[in-house]
Amino acid sequence: MHEILTHEMKFDVKRISKIVAVLTFGLLLLVPNTSSATVVEGEVNNSKELQSFIMHHVKDAHSWHIWGEDKTRLNEDGTVEVVSSTSIHVGLPIILIDNGLVTGNSDDFSEIRWSAWAKKDDSTGVVLVDSLGQPLETDTNYYAVGTIGGNKYIMFHEKIYHFEDGLKLDNHGHPLNSRPLDFSLTQNVASMLLAVVILFLLFLPVAKKYKKQGVESAPSGRQNFLEIFVLFVRDEIARPNIGEKKYARYMPYLLTIFFFIWINNLIGLVPFFPGASNVSGNIAFTAVLALLTYLITQFSGNKDYWKHILLPPVPKALYPIMIPVEIIGTLTKPFALTIRLFANITAGHIVVLAFMGIIFSAKNIGWAGLSVPMGLFISVLELLVAFLQAFIFTMLSALFIGTAVEEHAHH
Amino acid sequence: MAIPAAIGAGLAVIGAGMGIGKIGGSAMESIARQPEAAGKIQTAMIIAAALIEGVALFGVVVSMG
Repeated sequence: MHEILTHEMKFDVKRISKIVAVLTFGLLLLVPNTSSATVVEGEVNNSKELQSFIMHHVKDAHSWHIWGEDKTRLNEDGTVEVVSSTSIHVGLPIILIDNGLVTGNSDDFSEIRWSAWAKKDDSTGVVLVDSLGQPLETDTNYYAVGTIGGNKYIMFHEKIYHFEDGLKLDNHGHPLNSRPLDFSLTQNVASMLLAVVILFLLFLPVAKKYKKQGVESAPSGRQNFLEIFVLFVRDEIARPNIGEKKYARYMPYLLTIFFFIWINNLIGLVPFFPGASNVSGNIAFTAVLALLTYLITQFSGNKDYWKHILLPPVPKALYPIMIPVEIIGTLTKPFALTIRLFANITAGHIVVLAFMGIIFSAKNIGWAGLSVPMGLFISVLELLVAFLQAFIFTMLSALFIGTAVEEHAHH
Repeated sequence: MAIPAAIGAGLAVIGAGMGIGKIGGSAMESIARQPEAAGKIQTAMIIAAALIEGVALFGVVVSMG
């Protein structure tokens, strides 16, 4: 009986996978090519625009875009006409230091909101947008002009510049205008605050429970769920890498970075508001976390650790080579931590967007039969990567701290 | 401009793939030989794989720049 059942199930799986395969490739053949679309900015029309669309979505933003887009069209006389505006977004605070504090809202940058054009003059390598901020010729560039605190600023690829009668670009398309110090509460910061709120809501009641009932009573509710991960960090990460005697001191830090990275990775995988921001794929975010690990490692380094760096057990003639190498060695560790988390998470986001972008790049909905399952596959893989990267970051932090506090009996 | 960068990134990925493949293969063999040490082997495997991955990412980042 049991054998027959499993046999039938196997047959079913085979049949279903065959049907899926036939549907996938059948769709590719059946759907007609609809490539005669009119050129309207805000749509993705070729692979170059797809590339800038993807990079725009992977980077940080000054407002939190939820849905839709503003479609603009370039007229013969050089003016920009807004064709349709379905864009829904949350405005976020803009905080600038520009001869004093200047505050506003990202909605102040409203003159041309999303995509527009700037003229490129090949003879001088300088591009000018005229004093009204009117764009002149096609090239996919995201910019908007706004007045905050009496000063005029231009936001170009999500960076804020002084307006100065337009925006001047060099040969490579990089702006030459000066920038104010930008401390804005961007999408990534807002998303990070959301992660903080979620972590507080998850952990504070549980922590209170432990305080009241102690660790002796049986866990209940979400205690059950969280205790697994807390014990995982303690028994698989902290104890083996730092050592039985000293691990307890570093548990708060390790737990914090583990859960903070994990929740930020997971929020980044939610494809709609209030998710979809790429916090742990932001190099500043990962660099600060790695810097914390670096500082904790250096400040908890014992005599043996410093002796190994400053007086390595080699002939004295080699000191001029060995000491710089050892010092650089301490710096490459946090650098690798930074790049690893940043590159893994950013790459995941780019791959998912690239798979989805195949449909728009090929202008054929039939490609959805391939790109949606592949995008889903990568998204599910990213669920694993979200956990794995949080684990590896915490594990390597523990390992580095462990080498700094390790006691050598021999020598 | 883009093609040499793509070749560079590809070479970095080949190196990392060979390295991580070797680590994974050896870990499989060791776990098969000593299943009771699976936990420790996995930990060591992940650390070594992460270090190789780090080097590969340096390669990719350099070819991006």
